[in-house]
Amino acid sequence: MTGAALGVLAAGEWTDGRLYPGTGELLALGRSLDCGEVSVALLGDAPESVCREAVSLGADAVYTASHPLTGDGDADADVSAIAQICGQAKPRVLLFGKTAFGAEVGPRVAFRLGVGAAQDCVAVEAEDESGRVVVTRPVHGGNAMARLRFPDADPKVAIVRGKAYEPLAADGSRRGEIRRVELEPPVVRTRRVETVESRSAGVRLEDASVVVAGGRGLGGPSPFEQLEELAGLLGGAVGASRAVCDAGWLDHSYQIGLTGKTITPDLYITVGISGASQHMAGCSGARHTVAINKDADSNIFKAASFGAVGDWQDILPSFIETIRELVES
Amino acid sequence: MALNIVVCAKQVVDPETPVSAFRIDADARRVVPAPGVPPVVNGFDENAVEAALRIKDGTDAAIAVVSVGSGFAMDVMKKPLSMGADQLVLVDDEAVADLDAAATAYVLSRAIERLGGYDLVLCGRQASDWDNAQVPLGIAETLGLPCVTMAQKVEAHNGGLVVERVLDEGYQVVEADMPALVTVSNELGEPRYPSLRGIMAASRKSPTVWTASDLDLDPARLAPSLELVDLFIPVTDRQCEMVEGEDGQDTGRRLALRLREEKLI
Ligand SMILES: Cc1cc2nc3c(=O)[nH]c(=O)nc-3n(C[C@H](O)[C@H](O)[C@H](O)COP(=O)(O)OP(=O)(O)OC[C@H]3O[C@@H](n4cnc5c(N)ncnc54)[C@H](O)[C@@H]3O)c2cc1C
Ligand SMILES: Nc1ncnc2c1ncn2[C@@H]1O[C@H](COP(=O)(O)O)[C@@H](O)[C@H]1O
Repeated sequence: MTGAALGVLAAGEWTDGRLYPGTGELLALGRSLDCGEVSVALLGDAPESVCREAVSLGADAVYTASHPLTGDGDADADVSAIAQICGQAKPRVLLFGKTAFGAEVGPRVAFRLGVGAAQDCVAVEAEDESGRVVVTRPVHGGNAMARLRFPDADPKVAIVRGKAYEPLAADGSRRGEIRRVELEPPVVRTRRVETVESRSAGVRLEDASVVVAGGRGLGGPSPFEQLEELAGLLGGAVGASRAVCDAGWLDHSYQIGLTGKTITPDLYITVGISGASQHMAGCSGARHTVAINKDADSNIFKAASFGAVGDWQDILPSFIETIRELVES
Repeated sequence: MALNIVVCAKQVVDPETPVSAFRIDADARRVVPAPGVPPVVNGFDENAVEAALRIKDGTDAAIAVVSVGSGFAMDVMKKPLSMGADQLVLVDDEAVADLDAAATAYVLSRAIERLGGYDLVLCGRQASDWDNAQVPLGIAETLGLPCVTMAQKVEAHNGGLVVERVLDEGYQVVEADMPALVTVSNELGEPRYPSLRGIMAASRKSPTVWTASDLDLDPARLAPSLELVDLFIPVTDRQCEMVEGEDGQDTGRRLALRLREEKLI
């Protein structure tokens, strides 16, 4: 695809009658690229209300495709559907969110269309003069940042990290066209047998405005009860480093970092976490980080606004008690 | 009949290199390995080797490990052999070093085809250098294989695969027919330590070494699909205010009060 390609197509996601927050972020990014129509693909028979939500958040057009196999977690079906919609929309830029769906379907669509893809982008920009598309992404576990420029071939496929862009304010008066697409039936070669959910109760880690996380320095699973207590006092969620999840102290769904969850709380309190680059990759968007660690040279203090050096067993109990007094008074 | 398993494993800069020792050559746009820190087999690829070995523990299987690059550290790359893999194939050529994901996937696909019949291709979920998480997807698209990502458990019986794949919250059980490609995540569990016997056996084995010309590669497909324009170390200019007290208990109390002062709690 060359020449005629214009605009931006976002591969949207929705569930329970709502658009994923990340899809709104992609639409805002799409508008900022200012290269023509911004459209969104919504797989799996999206109801009209979801389509309209996408329009209110910046979509000029919505492609919906209702083949029963799409939009339900079968990557084979989703790859085929997005590639077909792409054939109709002919976008210059094809955006995905860095989700289980986007991280797999995005590159596979790119391979199928014979173009390159960039994973885990924190910025997607059009260069001033040439209009060429350039992305910025962390590499080497977040130790370095790379800027990569797409060649002329279209579409340019970028998988964008959550919370890297702010969604636009919803505007119910915006107009957009809904285009129903007929799909060739996909060949699905994997069969889902069972899904086992381990959603923890309370605030979701990704949405929490306060996160309290523990690392290997806690020495075992039981100190996490104190972190739960602290998170409870602050209306926050508990998270952990990979070392904790690998050791089986907590389920992997608690992991924060490059290969775990990306969090953007106002306040991030860490206890016994060294601050390896791969951990920081998931929490660099925290507004304020507070670290308790016995090693004054530990990397976590380079990212923290407030720190306390010492054994958590000496510091944490009075810290929690004082916070209790403060929030309950 | 024995099950033929191919594991793709990459040699990478040690990702546990301390942040303070991490250097890049900005002009050449490459990472300069810290002196005295040897490369390692990408961690997730060791998980993939472990997944292959667990299958082999229960059934007749042969495991070939394939790597594409140049400047291999032989004692590093032999680790999968000492863990119990049967064969090591190195595509060792300047022409295939530092390729991007699409080109690497192409070269690996050619190498896998050249190995002959295979039932299962196992990869790591991502390589800890460029964190691309793309090469396995490219291999699956190139070879036309069913693809299951993020495995925490892989079982193979009667031509079929049963894979538990990690989700954000929980996991999913997926089946596929072989041949297929599966990417493995660290949730699979610790890779086994090489036994003394394994290390001895590995030291007697030499790798099969192929060059680019052995694979009859189309040069057009080695060209990068994205151009690296800049590589830099991000600067963090946070100043950390250290809160100190008379003892730990006092420090904890002061830290909480300080956060209140700043209206953070
Ligand atoms: C490709 C790749 C992806 C990765 N992805 C992630 C990821 O998503 N998330 C992640 O977290 N990691 C990730 N890692 C792992 C990462 O490199 C680190 O190994 C990990 O974050 C370390 O966890 P930790 O800080 O809990 O443990 P450690 O690094 O062992 O640190 C423990 C800390 O506790 C302190 N401590 C010990 N005892 C006490 C005490 N009594 N009181 C106070 N402090 C104490 C120590 O000073 C130390 O700083 C990844 C690695 C790779 C290679
Ligand atoms: N040069 C390589 N040689 C062998 N395997 C590789 C190579 N590059 C990537 N892989 C495999 O593909 C996985 C994902 O790599 P990447 O897409 O680079 O993040 C790795 O974990 C390996 O299993």
